[in-house]
Amino acid sequence: MPYLGGEDTVRELRRALSNPNVQSDQLRYRNTILKVIRAMSQGVDVSGLFSDMVKACATVDIVQKKLVYVFLCSYAALNPELSLLVINTLRKDCQDPNPMVRSLALRNMTNLRLPSLMEYVEQPLTAGLRDRAACVRRVAVLGWAKLHNLQPNSEIDAAVVNELYSLLRDPDPVVMVNCLRALEEILKEEGGIAINKPITHHLLNRLKESDVWGQCEVLRILQRYRPQSEDELFDILSLLDASLVSPHPQVMAATLSLFLSLCSGLPAVSLAALERVRGPLLAACGSVSRELRFTALCHIQLLLRSLPGLMGAHYKRFFCGYAEPAYIKQRKMQVLVELVNDDNVTMLLDELKGYCTDVNTDTAQAAISAIGRIGRSYSDRCLEILTGLLALKQEHITSAVVQTMRDLVWVCPQCSDTVCLALEGCEETLQDSQGRQALLWLLGVYGEQVSSAPYTLEVFIDGVRSEVSLGVKMELLTTTMRLFLCRPAETQDMLGRLLHYCIEEEPDMCVRDQALLYYRLLHCGIEETQKVLQGRRSDPSLGVLIGRPSEPISQWACSFNTLEPLRQGTVETDSTISASRCTDASADVPASSIAAPLSLSLSPALSPEEFERLWLQRQVLHSEQEQIQFPAIPHCSPQSLQAAMQLVNIQTLAFTPPHTLPWRVYLYTHTQHAGDSPHITLILGELLYTGEEELKVTLKQQPRDDKALKGFLSILTTVLHTLVTQLVWFIAR
Amino acid sequence: MISQVFILSSKGDHLIYKDFRGEAGSDVVGIFYEKVTALTGDQPPVVMSHKDLHFVHVRQGGLYWVATTTADSSPFTIIEFLNRFTALVKDYCGSLSEKSVQMNFALIYELLDEVVDYGYIQTTSSDVLKNFIQTEAVSSRPFSLFDLSNVGLFGAETQQSKVAPSSAATRPIQSSREQGGKSEIFVDVIERMSVVIGTNGVLMKADVEGEIRVKCYMPSCSEMRIGLNEEFSIGKSQLRGYGAAVRVDECSFHQAVRLDEFDSHRILRLCPSQGEQTVMQYQLSDDLPSAPPFRLFPTIERDSGGRLLMYLKLRCDLPPKSAAINVCATIPVPKGSVSLSQELSSPDQSAELKLQNRAVDWKIPRFPGGTQLSALFKLEVPGLSSASMLEVGPVGLSFELPKLTVTGLQIRFLRLSPIQPGPSQRWVRYVTHSDSYTIRI
Repeated sequence: MPYLGGEDTVRELRRALSNPNVQSDQLRYRNTILKVIRAMSQGVDVSGLFSDMVKACATVDIVQKKLVYVFLCSYAALNPELSLLVINTLRKDCQDPNPMVRSLALRNMTNLRLPSLMEYVEQPLTAGLRDRAACVRRVAVLGWAKLHNLQPNSEIDAAVVNELYSLLRDPDPVVMVNCLRALEEILKEEGGIAINKPITHHLLNRLKESDVWGQCEVLRILQRYRPQSEDELFDILSLLDASLVSPHPQVMAATLSLFLSLCSGLPAVSLAALERVRGPLLAACGSVSRELRFTALCHIQLLLRSLPGLMGAHYKRFFCGYAEPAYIKQRKMQVLVELVNDDNVTMLLDELKGYCTDVNTDTAQAAISAIGRIGRSYSDRCLEILTGLLALKQEHITSAVVQTMRDLVWVCPQCSDTVCLALEGCEETLQDSQGRQALLWLLGVYGEQVSSAPYTLEVFIDGVRSEVSLGVKMELLTTTMRLFLCRPAETQDMLGRLLHYCIEEEPDMCVRDQALLYYRLLHCGIEETQKVLQGRRSDPSLGVLIGRPSEPISQWACSFNTLEPLRQGTVETDSTISASRCTDASADVPASSIAAPLSLSLSPALSPEEFERLWLQRQVLHSEQEQIQFPAIPHCSPQSLQAAMQLVNIQTLAFTPPHTLPWRVYLYTHTQHAGDSPHITLILGELLYTGEEELKVTLKQQPRDDKALKGFLSILTTVLHTLVTQLVWFIAR
Repeated sequence: MISQVFILSSKGDHLIYKDFRGEAGSDVVGIFYEKVTALTGDQPPVVMSHKDLHFVHVRQGGLYWVATTTADSSPFTIIEFLNRFTALVKDYCGSLSEKSVQMNFALIYELLDEVVDYGYIQTTSSDVLKNFIQTEAVSSRPFSLFDLSNVGLFGAETQQSKVAPSSAATRPIQSSREQGGKSEIFVDVIERMSVVIGTNGVLMKADVEGEIRVKCYMPSCSEMRIGLNEEFSIGKSQLRGYGAAVRVDECSFHQAVRLDEFDSHRILRLCPSQGEQTVMQYQLSDDLPSAPPFRLFPTIERDSGGRLLMYLKLRCDLPPKSAAINVCATIPVPKGSVSLSQELSSPDQSAELKLQNRAVDWKIPRFPGGTQLSALFKLEVPGLSSASMLEVGPVGLSFELPKLTVTGLQIRFLRLSPIQPGPSQRWVRYVTHSDSYTIRI
């Protein structure tokens, strides 16, 4: 913090600096200068001492020189005229026999950042490039970059650029790397330094001479190189293999980045590279430095997007330490959720359960929502834990549990019974608006299953006057409307009161408008109201099919090893789900009209005999043929195919065993457009694979409906795609 | 590419500020401090941004070490650089604290000047830097908290003659050159264990991360040879010797280490540079060569008066000659706990109810191997329900095991060549820390 008496300090310092007694005493002089620098770094404005400090620059004491330069570089921009006085000393120092003095002078000359001094600087810089001492050359090379950025419009001499290129062969590795950096900046307009084959191989061969920082720089710049042949590519890759498992995380990350950019056309090689970095990344996750741990965790999350099983066996490495900060714990939980499988689910849930009662409320809530995410695949066990937590009757835990249950029910509607039972009585503990909104939403959607729903709502409606949260009021309106539709007798009176309050007394425009909307909607009749409010229920096919489909590496490769993964919060599949629910909750009319275009259903069931009769009955059915590129499908087991299809309500009827040719599957489903009057189409399908690249899909339907057919085909493709990506990954392992 | 580097105290005082590229003003320091103090609990603090400037920071020694940079720079590089920079400052100033940074600001400016030029990292090797750094360190010798935290490294009761004084390893490296200080070398084997023990006492997870750290105060040392246990093996398949093998899963070495004698004799050869460096890092997961050091036998019940009774027996399974020190068991207790009454088995232990953390801290200064301690805690919790029992546990243990490595890694010998002319001292120290030791109830 700046001193209050900044001016006094400056006056005193000036007196000391100009005192001849001080000046003649080396130590006292140096100490006074120290005081100036200290005041400067504490934020006192000592620019007024500039002229005194310029005088102090002419000394043989290197320590004093360095201190004065620190000062001059900070204030030169404010005193361009006075700075001219320094340049002479600096130029003289550039001739000094001591290389340390030469490099010091050269560095600070370029650090003054004064365009007016350019003409004095160029000559020593040119000389510096050819200096005997490597430390001077290092400074001189970067000096040209500084000079260029100071006056970006002025052309840097082509001779200098050539000289920099030739200095890439300098024996000192730091000079080489600095040349790369300088050329990158000077030639920024032309897209940076030209990376051709000789330069690439020169850099790669000398990679080992540089320290880790230099290696990272070289690896980063090489990302622009495109090998001319596959042989060359693999030569480069094998050269870099050792760096891929480097104990220095920064080298490992830079190498992986380079691998991914070189192998963008070879997904199998990229996947193998991801496997290789598993060890170093896990080691970085256990580093002493928590910042490094966090960075490694964020990057592991990226990798998992393409290789969900990468860390499966190492899930215990992501258990939280009790002394870790909350932000690391949260990332670890996000990773744990991705790693869950049949073998470790018990262990994982046990561990997560322990975090739910953490002192830190953020950690506790994150643990609860992690359990909810796992609940999408293992709903019974998770619901048991979640219901157990409600018994604690703690505000933040109950709120998180109710929100988690709401999210879970949306994806797995089959959990609704358990959730409805658990909801009884938790309204007393809920305090925050998020939790209460979640409770209201659940009451609205599952009102007929919760016996106490009207009483709970009554409490809310009685307290609506003192309610401050806008969200809760809106949700309350929708919920009461929905409950009215299924339990009109109990709700009619309170709905009337609520609408009356909201329309007549409510100050907020949004709430009033929504209440008016509902009021007018009720005038249109009960059927119309039902169509708007209950048009949309959750659709399991919207959620995860079998785990999350793995993304191609190219989706995230460009953000690997940048700050991007560390900045984004939780980029989860959740966002899409909650977004769709939000539009639903506010019950806008358009929401229902753009609702899921197509829903599939299995009933009425079709017996195999009937299927055969219909399939062969050509004239009744409209038939269509499609080709899909999924050569790997015939390798998957009938069970997994059947399970995947059933998730989206497609029934498979008959299979040939896997790996036989031709391979066939017969399937059927009924399609129905949401919102429309019952307009059901029966779709029969055959998948045929004859050993060529493509999978032939023959579809027959009755009656004809092109829109339904298109929708069905897209669902089918999604399922098959998910299956294939899982399969490819499995084979790759 | 680093645009600026600055160091702030935890109270926001500006200690060091250096602008390498002149792209942003010094007002960003204030902006950074505002941002970092305004973060809520669930926001990760490591990277923050202000317009198109990005702050990356690490916290060490109670200070903020901040670099500003652009979005496309590598977080691994910047964070490792900041960590390395703090290590350099520690090497040169002797310790890391607000005081030592304040006293040595000139030295730190000089370091920064040599380490980074125009935002590009030039070198961080102390061998190279020692030729350039001219300023001498000012060390704050008399009493610093840092020394206290380091005391544990050497054990509570050790023979004076054989043990290095705790302050020995916290002095600036340069004093050895000017003042002809003692030429010494420290080789520390430091292991951190993270363990989870389930409710039934089964070991659910046991990971060990270890490293060998060399701290060198020798002006001239051409080569050092460190001999590890002969039966040291890496990976699951490779087994050496007949005795109990010392096994680790993965192992990596500093690039300066020459391994030509490693395969045959388990000898690391290196030329140590001045200051501290990590020579070898290793990990062992899911497999401890011996029993976990601590076990807990809890009995938790509600008494008729609505109090919570916790009867805890803690057993230390270390070999009888060793002892754990600074043991602290943290037992989370139900929300709303009001007061604690305790019965502890010996007077040197203490226990305290920390309302803010909602936990009971049970502290045991020294815990010899093969012994067992017990404690009875009675907690007054108004409105205790059976569900509240869920909130008790898991118990977290923190401790130090001096003179002990859990993997069993030992240093057989430490040879320096050429033989040092003056009196030189070589120290080998072992310590195991608890990174996270959790026992579920």
